[in-house]
Amino acid sequence: MSELIRNRLFWPVLILVGLMALNVAFTDNFLNIQVKDGHLYGSLIDILRFGAPLILVALGMTLVIATRGIDLSVGSVVAIAGALACLRISDLGDQNSVTGVLAAVGVTLALTLVLGAWNGFLVAAVGIQPIIATLILMVAGRGLAQLITDGQIVTINSSPYKLIGGGYWLTLPFSILIVVALVALTAFLTRRLALGMFIEAVGGNAEASRLSGIRSRGVLVVVYTFCALCAGIAGLMISSNVSSADGNYAGLWIELDAILAVVIGGTSLAGGRFSISGTILGALIIQTLTTTVYSIGVPPETTLLFKALVVTIVCLLQSPAFRQKVVKRRARPVAPAPAPMSEREPVTNR
Amino acid sequence: MTATTLPARRFGVPRKYVPVAVTGCLFVAMFVIGGFRYESFATGQVVLNVFIDNAFLLVVAVGMTFVILSGGIDLSVGSVVALTTMVSATLMTGHGWPAWPVILLVLVMGSVLGFAMGAIIHYFEIQPFIVTLAGMFLARGLCYTIGTESISITDPVFTAFAQTRINLGPDLGISPSVLIAAVVVLVAGYVLHYTRLGRSVYAVGGNENSALLMGLPVARTKIAVYTISGFCSALGGILLSFYMLSGYGLHAVGMELDAIAAVVIGGALLTGGSGYLLGTVLGVLVLGLTQTILSFEGTLSSWWTRIFIGLLLLAFILLQRLIGVRRSLRPSGS
Repeated sequence: MSELIRNRLFWPVLILVGLMALNVAFTDNFLNIQVKDGHLYGSLIDILRFGAPLILVALGMTLVIATRGIDLSVGSVVAIAGALACLRISDLGDQNSVTGVLAAVGVTLALTLVLGAWNGFLVAAVGIQPIIATLILMVAGRGLAQLITDGQIVTINSSPYKLIGGGYWLTLPFSILIVVALVALTAFLTRRLALGMFIEAVGGNAEASRLSGIRSRGVLVVVYTFCALCAGIAGLMISSNVSSADGNYAGLWIELDAILAVVIGGTSLAGGRFSISGTILGALIIQTLTTTVYSIGVPPETTLLFKALVVTIVCLLQSPAFRQKVVKRRARPVAPAPAPMSEREPVTNR
Repeated sequence: MTATTLPARRFGVPRKYVPVAVTGCLFVAMFVIGGFRYESFATGQVVLNVFIDNAFLLVVAVGMTFVILSGGIDLSVGSVVALTTMVSATLMTGHGWPAWPVILLVLVMGSVLGFAMGAIIHYFEIQPFIVTLAGMFLARGLCYTIGTESISITDPVFTAFAQTRINLGPDLGISPSVLIAAVVVLVAGYVLHYTRLGRSVYAVGGNENSALLMGLPVARTKIAVYTISGFCSALGGILLSFYMLSGYGLHAVGMELDAIAAVVIGGALLTGGSGYLLGTVLGVLVLGLTQTILSFEGTLSSWWTRIFIGLLLLAFILLQRLIGVRRSLRPSGS
């Protein structure tokens, strides 16, 4: 039991299970997954499908935060990617041509790589604090996205592009497959190769890791570029799902949701270590929360209230200072019986 | 941008004042260029209009200056502004409360919110970014829970504040909000530079551990800073209600970014411990004048404002970086 509580993922999993239980209580057939027309349907699949962009953005954000950085610009990159892809596709003679869509996607992803490299350049080479360096692109990027679409909402009608965010492949939603592939790739690169250790080393102490022979600057640029790429793919998904690009509202506040997902997942904003599985859990918690609010019948406007509540609870539970101050204080006035102490000890003496 | 830095340094401005001086020069340069380009631009009223249109942002940015100087950040300000407009509109229009108790209530509400966030940040050691983010969600969520529609304000006190013009001379006038903002700036300037609390804010921002070892009241200072920011946000919300005469959950979306941008353009370091309130005032003025110029230009669309603000941020951050590098290269380095 104590081993379990000490696990970093214990509280996030508990919250997710709690949210799921709420859903099961309020919605009939919440856990049902059906096959209709060769596609999988069900509430759980919906949570995964609508949560896919957030998982992607949070994945990139995890690596950035592991280097003791932060990327505020992902929301703007989402908007820029959607805007550029939709603009290129709307200019095509035949919007259903696969090569045309592939070219548009290629150009868009190339642009997001450039944007990410720009962030990485500012952080690694110029040495600006990450929060400021990415604030520049966050502020200017919304303007850029609107510049690309000329302030209009670009609507397209392209079935190959629709596949990215709203289509199915092998009975599964295509967006989930993209997420699985990218998560697997990231996990392989960071946990099987040395890259993950380099990232954690840079987050722990950039100067020390440079002296020990790690190319800190290179690692930083790679991480920010990867984060922007993830955001770009998320932007493609979001715009493809609604077949339009809105420079003003696409990806609005997704950076905050992504940072929340990372923090809920147990990755510290102080850098130095990260947990990919935790981040995915965090993103799923946020998405399940949104779904829960809809299914319980609470007005959807109050989602933000619940989000604030969950964030506060999870962060407090994870804060060592909170556990020490509150749990100890509660434990002391009661005469310390041996049984409850043994249960509390691992929580307090971390 | 570099062209404007050179004269500032040649006239022997101490290095720590350079960012503020540059912002000041930029403001004057923008005003002069605008005066040459557009007719009826170079009048006192244009400057006063910048104050009138940005009085609420100025007040919010003052609170943000305290937080940033202490090395923190407050993302909740925009939402608290919106919540203030919403609560005051509902209480006055929906429940018929008189104006003054409402004003008092929302000011207390903003301060309590800030106090709570500051206490969580200090005592539970959670990053300010996350705590104020939760505060932002909470305040915005409360707005939407109260109502999703815009509620107009018809209270005589509020409309009087909105319509009164104080004449400063021929064809020159300001709104009462500008006076309130000016008072806030003066009081904040006094507190920051001439009181123990202000010195502690700089010390905590410079190095929290050193401040603690020096025996400064770190806990009180950190919590005070967020309380001040909450109070300023609520006051900014009241000024915005005077300006808009409505309460709406979507008021002031992204205002936290404008406030942070104004503070950074004003020369404060986001790591804390360095910056001046005068810089923040100039930063707000530069942002306001940018919007004025774009509206005079007419053909340029609103999104150029965002791009231009982004470029300004970049320029100022690079400038600070340059000064920082120079300083660390000097052997005696202060």
